[in-house]
Order: sequence, then C-alpha cells, then structure tokens
Amino acid sequence: MAEEKERKGDGKHKYSIIVPTYNERLNIALIVYLIFKHLRDVDFEIIVVDDGSPDGTQEIVKQLQHLYGEDRILLRARAKKLGLGTAYIHGLKHATGDFVVIMDADLSHHPKYLPSFIKKQLETNASIVTGTRYVKGGGVHGWNLMRKLTSRGANVLAQTLLWPGVSDLTGSFRLYKKSVLEDVISSCVSKGYVFQMEMIVRATRKGYHIEEVPITFVDRVFGTSKLGGSEIVEYLKGLVYLLLTT
Amino acid sequence: MKHIVKILSLLVAISAFWIGLLQAAIVPRSYTWLLPIYFVVSLGCYDLLMVGIGLMQFPTCPQEAVLLQQDIAEAKDFFKHKGVDVGSD
Repeated sequence: MAEEKERKGDGKHKYSIIVPTYNERLNIALIVYLIFKHLRDVDFEIIVVDDGSPDGTQEIVKQLQHLYGEDRILLRARAKKLGLGTAYIHGLKHATGDFVVIMDADLSHHPKYLPSFIKKQLETNASIVTGTRYVKGGGVHGWNLMRKLTSRGANVLAQTLLWPGVSDLTGSFRLYKKSVLEDVISSCVSKGYVFQMEMIVRATRKGYHIEEVPITFVDRVFGTSKLGGSEIVEYLKGLVYLLLTT
Repeated sequence: MKHIVKILSLLVAISAFWIGLLQAAIVPRSYTWLLPIYFVVSLGCYDLLMVGIGLMQFPTCPQEAVLLQQDIAEAKDFFKHKGVDVGSD
C-alpha cells in the first residue's frame, strides 16, 4: 500500500505550468511538445497567457489544444501586452494545480529540467525550487565575455547588498507551491526581470524554504537578446528599491 | 525586520566599535582614522575578486545548443506528421 502511494507520488500533485507568450508562434509549439515529452507520468496543465500576439500564436495554441486536449492546454489570452507580473497573476487565477511552474516561452528554459524541479521539491518539501545557471551542472550558452561580465558583476552586487539566499536572482524558471506564489506575488510591484528578483528576495525575507537546481540556459534561439545601458540603470534602480523596501 | 534595518544596525555596530577604538587609543589614532577606508576598499576588492573568479568559472554548455537543435528538429517533425502547421521564423 505504501509502495503504491510512493510510485504514484507524482500523481497526487498537479502542476500548472504558466507560459507567458508574445509572438512565440513557433516556440510555443516546441515548448508544448517538449513538456509532454519530459513529463509523461505527471499530472499537469499548461496555461498559455498570450498578450494578443499578432503573429498567430493563439491559432497555434488552439491547434495544440486540438491535439493534446483542452484540459491539458489552457489558453488564457489578454488583449495586449500587459507585462510579466500581471501575466502570472492572470495565469494563477486559472491554475488548478497545487504547484505552479513559471518558465519562458523562448526555449531558453528547457522542459527537460522539469522532472528535476519536481523531484527536488518532493525530496525537500521546499516552498520554491528555482533554477540556477551559475552552479556546476548548470550553465549558459550564447553569451559573449561582456555579457558574462555584466551578469557576474550584477550577481555579486546583488549578493553583497541583498543577501538573497539564492545564487541566480534574475532567473525565471521556478516551481512554486501555489499558495506561496499567491502570497509572494501579491506583494511585488516591479516590472521585467527586477520583478523576478523581487519575487525571490521577498520569498527569502518571508522565510520560505527555497531550493535550487542547476539548469542550462541557451540564449534566445530565435530572436535577439537585449542588454543595454538602460537595462543596467533599471537593474541598479531595482537593487536600491529592493534594498530599501524588503 | 527589514533588510535595510539589518544592514544599518550592522553599520551602526561597526561605527560604534570604530569610535570606541578612537577613544580608547589602543591602536594609534592615525591608523584608526583610516579603518573605514580600509574596510570599504577591502569589501570592494573582495567583490572584484568574486566577479573575477565567477567569470573564470562561468559554467558554459555548448553541447546544449546542439541538443536543443535536435529537440527542435524532433518537435517539428512530430508536428508535420500531425498536421499542425508550425511554419518557421
């Protein structure tokens, strides 16, 4: 009896995977395929929050729903680009799982790591499992020296000022207990990747148990990455904001 | 307790210690006056060292790009057979 319960361990839990999209017509299909490939024995749903993409992303999602089932792929679109934080909140409202995964749609986050997130959480009963690119077993591909330098510098600065308790602050590949995500997200106000930082810092301040798993990050297979002077200023402002308000 | 309060308390404690040192004059005052500068510079050097070490040890994964391309090809093939038109960017 106990053995059967353990074998069906994953079956007791349901994972809601929220994927915000904007112009990810090709990538969303690839992501869905890979999620189904790597989570064969897991009860999950994929919630696509599309912000009115003009490239036909929603049409593709409807075709995917036809293929995989409308109970496995939920399309919860919005009229226009409204930002990442609100996309998660919107997705959360429709999530029926007891766990929520957030990930990017551009294939920088590979679904093959989903089992390791789930396993880590089941092993440690953590409230949050966050992917880190900066430890052994993880890594980044597609970054030049300058990009690595700014990433490293930003990380050290954030560690010195904020003592965040995680090695990868700006990462957005995470698994949350649903109640924990609801609690943390309600107190976050930032935008963009500072929002990701705010989420994890606030979670640390609230004393939630956070674990990390190594992930690899292949930068922007389709499309260009953006990191200019204004991004750096935004980052510094975000750091000061988090330093003063968390 | 808010994080900034923790940091400020730490700074206040260090300052009190520093002022105490100045008054007690166990260490010659000329050295003591410079201690805050030493502290800031040491912290800066430590952080720079961490950046340098991190940069040298930055984990990369070139093989992941190859694996990803394989996954993409596999997925595209799957969808072609299922009649889902994913097109290409």
